[in-house]
Amino acid sequence: MGLFGLLVASTASAAWEVNMPRGVTELSAETYDLHMMVFWWCVGIGIVVFGVMIFSLFKHRKSKGAKAATFSHSTTAEVIWTAIPVVILLLMAVPAAETMVKLEDSRDPDVSIVITGYQWKWHYRYQDEGIGFYSSLARPSLEARPKESGIDVNTVENYLLEVDNRLVVPVGAKVRLLMTSNDVVHSWWVPDLAIKKDAVPGIVNESWFRADEVGTYRGQCAELCGKDHGYMPIVVEVVEPEAYQAWVDSRSEEANPLASAQ
Amino acid sequence: MTTAVADTHEHHDDHGPAKGIGRWLFSTNHKDIGTMYLIFSLTMFFIGGAMAMVIRSELAVPGLQFVHPEFFNSMTTMHALIMVFGAVMPAFVGLANWMIPLMIGAPDMALPRMNNWSFWILPVAFGILLSTLFMPGGGPASGWTMYPPLVLQTGDAFPFLIFSVHLMGLSSIMGAINVIVTIINMRAPDMTLLKMPMFVWTWLITAYLLIAVMPVLAGAVTMLLTDQFFGTSFFLAAGGGDPVMFQHIFWFFGHPEVYIMILPAFGVVSEIIPTFARKKLFGHDSMVYAASCIAFLSFIVWAHHMFTVGMPLTGQLFFMFATMLIAVPTGVKIFNWVATMWRGAMTFETPMLFSLAFVFLFTIGGFSGLMLAIAPADIQYHDTYFVVAHFHYVLVPGSVFAIMAGAYYWLPKWTGHMYNETLGKVHFWASTIFVNLTFFPMHFLGLAGMPRRIPDYSTQFADFNTMASIGAFGFGLSQLIFVWVLVTARKGEKATDRVWEGSHGLEWTVPSPAPYHTFDTPPKARIANESFE
Repeated sequence: MGLFGLLVASTASAAWEVNMPRGVTELSAETYDLHMMVFWWCVGIGIVVFGVMIFSLFKHRKSKGAKAATFSHSTTAEVIWTAIPVVILLLMAVPAAETMVKLEDSRDPDVSIVITGYQWKWHYRYQDEGIGFYSSLARPSLEARPKESGIDVNTVENYLLEVDNRLVVPVGAKVRLLMTSNDVVHSWWVPDLAIKKDAVPGIVNESWFRADEVGTYRGQCAELCGKDHGYMPIVVEVVEPEAYQAWVDSRSEEANPLASAQ
Repeated sequence: MTTAVADTHEHHDDHGPAKGIGRWLFSTNHKDIGTMYLIFSLTMFFIGGAMAMVIRSELAVPGLQFVHPEFFNSMTTMHALIMVFGAVMPAFVGLANWMIPLMIGAPDMALPRMNNWSFWILPVAFGILLSTLFMPGGGPASGWTMYPPLVLQTGDAFPFLIFSVHLMGLSSIMGAINVIVTIINMRAPDMTLLKMPMFVWTWLITAYLLIAVMPVLAGAVTMLLTDQFFGTSFFLAAGGGDPVMFQHIFWFFGHPEVYIMILPAFGVVSEIIPTFARKKLFGHDSMVYAASCIAFLSFIVWAHHMFTVGMPLTGQLFFMFATMLIAVPTGVKIFNWVATMWRGAMTFETPMLFSLAFVFLFTIGGFSGLMLAIAPADIQYHDTYFVVAHFHYVLVPGSVFAIMAGAYYWLPKWTGHMYNETLGKVHFWASTIFVNLTFFPMHFLGLAGMPRRIPDYSTQFADFNTMASIGAFGFGLSQLIFVWVLVTARKGEKATDRVWEGSHGLEWTVPSPAPYHTFDTPPKARIANESFE
């Protein structure tokens, strides 16, 4: 565990990333804080328990002439080491429950997007904007992917994490995601947005996020969905509201060229 | 002590083992059946391990090198099914068969013919399961969790998968019934329930868990079968069914299942630590209560495997709180082991080393378990390598190390000879170093965003994956040392009846190797426990 802490503190290179991203939403930051809080509790408990154990392993060994004591129970000890963990758990449970409540509150969204999982791509439909499109693995990854491709995957930028059509959303807006599936269970996951929600056939699941920073955020399908489960990435582009509006206009025009002619 | 035993073994030679293959095929002897279970388990451990090697070879560097994605998925699926149902569970049933009658002073298991059945079903079940790899459409590739609708896309293997799971369940249920009947009815007269050794206790609780949940699994997979072939729609949304219902039913089985794989491990470790600390197990009764609490809680936490599936807020909160509660009795167990070591007079033979590593590394798996219980954080961890790291920590340096510890601990009693202690220690250190090299980096991979069950990954995950693959090969090769220890097990010096200086309990009152028939007349349990008093 000490090693873990050390690595958490000293990491710089992306290739040696050892911790959860803090993300770009209020809830992703809260999730990260919860994660770190429980982690440090574990480190603390680990130091105490392993410390006592290691001390005992060195001190109470027969080769050092230790004579075994005869005690074999203590109700006081049992009560203490039952009660203390209960208190620690309560300290963890309260903030976790608070975050949980916020995660489930998807009321009053600014943008609503229906996400449908397919074997093996995503479909996005903007409910009010009349935009709909598929999003699949981008061509460079697709070409490098097969066993016999002969392409070194290290030369492909964002290998397996790039799509042909990105999901575009405005910064600062509350985006509600409605998820379902057309075939098997998939799961839509973007770590920086702290959203992972299953897309289940016959069921519509709800989730939401409000991204605070402009940027490109990548994720993948998280629920095993068949042979190309590893090949259905997600890319979310968070842009300024004006850029978003421009994107919406260009997309609606593509979808319905007559609309702008009228 | 020895004279009392000698008296009971005067007339055992007129019904010794049968000759030839019949001894094994028709055996009703708990020791022979125990041996068969253990050998079967070890075989499956290597077959499942070979599949893990395929997985780790493919994942060693980014890009596809060796296998196609469909075969990769079938490797992860089969690896899990074989390790869970073929390696870990039968190993504990093998230990139970060998040791429970010896520990409680019973002449055999209560239902010896059923015992034969419950073993011989297993090779058939796994023969069927393994044969699916050669069927059109390949082996099952839906993950061992068999979630519909994906599992319904399995090729010809599908009905064979279901049938083999039915058979495994049948075998487990019969084994569990046997354990319960034996423990309840055949203890030495002065061995009251709370005087039973911890291994017997944890197995009694485990057996009840098995009886409670294996039929649930059988029901769930039968519904899959009828959805596929008889036009029902239990789990098909198009026909009014619900795919999520399968997950609820599966995990109602699946969560107690993880305790089925760890409670007997707690029992083994609770036998070994007192022996080598030369001190009585601390808080025996509270250990019993803790194990019972864990068993009870295991039935009300199943949906923590499903925090991302879309549940009502109240449901999520309930399952989060209930899951966190498990940390309390589990903590009690760990504190009691530490208190057992405290002010003992410890020596570090191989069984003790494996047990100590168990306490350290299972605790690390427990910590990641606690992190996973925190629902909002679990949403980030779920279905990533963090989860893979977590359950391998509790199952490999957890359950598997406990099985290894038990095997070294009781091997002299089984063979009548001391195993090679140096080789045992080499096996231990190699296993411990490589198991950490394999699974510790997986925490980082998961947190950094690598989903599980993918055959290829983005290049940023390359370094830790290479590390894990090196560790996995090292761990796999280290297990060959164990095979060598077993092969040479009869070459060592002759073991005494007690075997270990600090050993305690009825199994150490019979000669080493344990005669084919033991305890024809019930012994006095009190005498065996005197070594600590």
